[in-house]
Amino acid sequence: MSGARLRWRKFVSNFMLAMTGVCAFVSVLVLFFILGYLVFNGGTSINWDFFTKLPKPVGEAGGGMANAIVGSGKILLLASLMGVPIGFLGGIYLAEFSGKGMASVVRYAADLLNGVPSIVIGIFAYSLVVLPFKHFSAYAGAFALGMMMIPITLRSTEEFLKSVPRMLREGAMALGASKWKTIATVIVPAAYRGIMTAILLALARVAGETAPLLFTAFGNRFDSHGWSQPTATLPVMIYTYAVSPYDDWHRQAWAAGLVLLGLVLIINILARTILSRGIAVPRS
Amino acid sequence: VATTATTLKNAGPVTGSRSFFSKLRDGDEIARLITLLFAATVVLITAALVWELWVNSVLPRQKFGLHFFVTSVWDPIMDQYGALPFIYGTIVTSAVALLIAVPLGIGAAIFLAELAPPRVSDTLQFFIDLLAAVPSVIYGLLGVFIIVPLMRTVIYPTLNKPFGYLPIFKGPSYGVGFLTAGIVLAIMVIPYIISVSREVLLSVPRDQREAALALGSTRWESTWQVVVPFAKTGIMGSIFLALARALGETMAVTMVIGNTPKIAASLFAPGYSIAAVIANEFTEATGDLYLQSLIALGLVLFLLTFILNGLARLLIVVTTQKGSEVGG
Repeated sequence: MSGARLRWRKFVSNFMLAMTGVCAFVSVLVLFFILGYLVFNGGTSINWDFFTKLPKPVGEAGGGMANAIVGSGKILLLASLMGVPIGFLGGIYLAEFSGKGMASVVRYAADLLNGVPSIVIGIFAYSLVVLPFKHFSAYAGAFALGMMMIPITLRSTEEFLKSVPRMLREGAMALGASKWKTIATVIVPAAYRGIMTAILLALARVAGETAPLLFTAFGNRFDSHGWSQPTATLPVMIYTYAVSPYDDWHRQAWAAGLVLLGLVLIINILARTILSRGIAVPRS
Repeated sequence: VATTATTLKNAGPVTGSRSFFSKLRDGDEIARLITLLFAATVVLITAALVWELWVNSVLPRQKFGLHFFVTSVWDPIMDQYGALPFIYGTIVTSAVALLIAVPLGIGAAIFLAELAPPRVSDTLQFFIDLLAAVPSVIYGLLGVFIIVPLMRTVIYPTLNKPFGYLPIFKGPSYGVGFLTAGIVLAIMVIPYIISVSREVLLSVPRDQREAALALGSTRWESTWQVVVPFAKTGIMGSIFLALARALGETMAVTMVIGNTPKIAASLFAPGYSIAAVIANEFTEATGDLYLQSLIALGLVLFLLTFILNGLARLLIVVTTQKGSEVGG
């Protein structure tokens, strides 16, 4: 083999590897660019009014999104109340009790549900919850988001329960504990951190969802009382304000974007730090 | 060893043959039934989803049949609905997104899996996971205020001047359009391609790399001619996953595609996508046929992503299993 050929091959090798580095660098750079731009634009437009005041009518400057912040909180709470129990207990069934047939059906259904575009979930929630009651409501929005939380919670509960060492299980059984007692007092506590992480990640994911809320929770320029009224949420507000022609609304959209992204990223980082500390195995 | 095996084998049936009632007394059977109930709910909800979509799209199926997919008139006043412009827009934006995201994503994945020290790789992966968690409406917001103006001032002139004779770069630009939506989608799906491809590349056994290096190949040759082909199906899986996500993406596309139900060859022209038309017109749809046509579009979207996700999962599983078989 001639030296020139070898040099060429080495050059190609170094060049291409450098290019892959550039690809990775560019991809990560996007994140910092997004963060920076949002912090800059949102930071200059955010103020105390944003958190405490209601939206002002078109043309009047000022006002805030207090109703949307409360609305998002309400819907996320209700969504968790629906999604977490179904996902968690269903996950226990998959990991601990299931026979072969039923388990694969449940797994398949969950994976299918996980891949459904969020707008389609919105259609489903609309025809199931909005149409029969004849009005947009917080619980219709929560139903849509809760549905999206189920598959994530379910599959990760199963994964983490299955990763609990056999020894713990056998130890509890050997002490005469029944199966459900073993699960409730030994296995679930051992997998607790992992499951918490999964629930938080599911929450972070649905917190930013807009499409399924457009025709379930809809939106509202005022506070919504109770659960059965159209409810404003942060993501939907960002959308409506961003595509509007008013400069003051654009400013508020940036502020809302900063708050939403901050919330989602904080939950994400929190969840990942919980997990990275490892799955705690309680000592007896 | 043999004795232990027999004892363990015999231990199984003893617990299994406990009567239903003794299990009920322990609470085991109750716990099983309760968790089964919740697990069954998941199946029920999924089945109900498919059922509702199917039942609520019966009118356009009866009236238009398969013509629904090939006619391009979308006219609520005349009650005529054809899905072609939306299907076209969805396919074009997703194709543009993949053209940008696949090389960039796979390149980054190769760097993370093959080149970067584990510490650096994990840190970068952490940031990429965060990128995947950014809500789509935020990408839409940035699209509207950054990429749309950039399109008008930078991207359009650079592409239109030298390549304007090509049909895809012809015509005026309004900032919004297929290309803008494609770029925003590309930024959104890159993290998915990186995460899954990196995972798949890391599952390629070490001896494959070492064998290639021992035969005198350079680092790049071992990566490109041995490791990547080994992980090929899994990487395909990651691309399908990204495609499914791009097809179903609503908010970011709605905000930058221009929302015009027209089929245009130019990438600068405004268009429409399936998800965008549902988002925009669903609450305003008057008349059953109008609403059901939108739901029929939802059904199309559902079926597309269903098939792609299924294929993706299959490909990823096949590759990671191949890795553990050869490696193990």
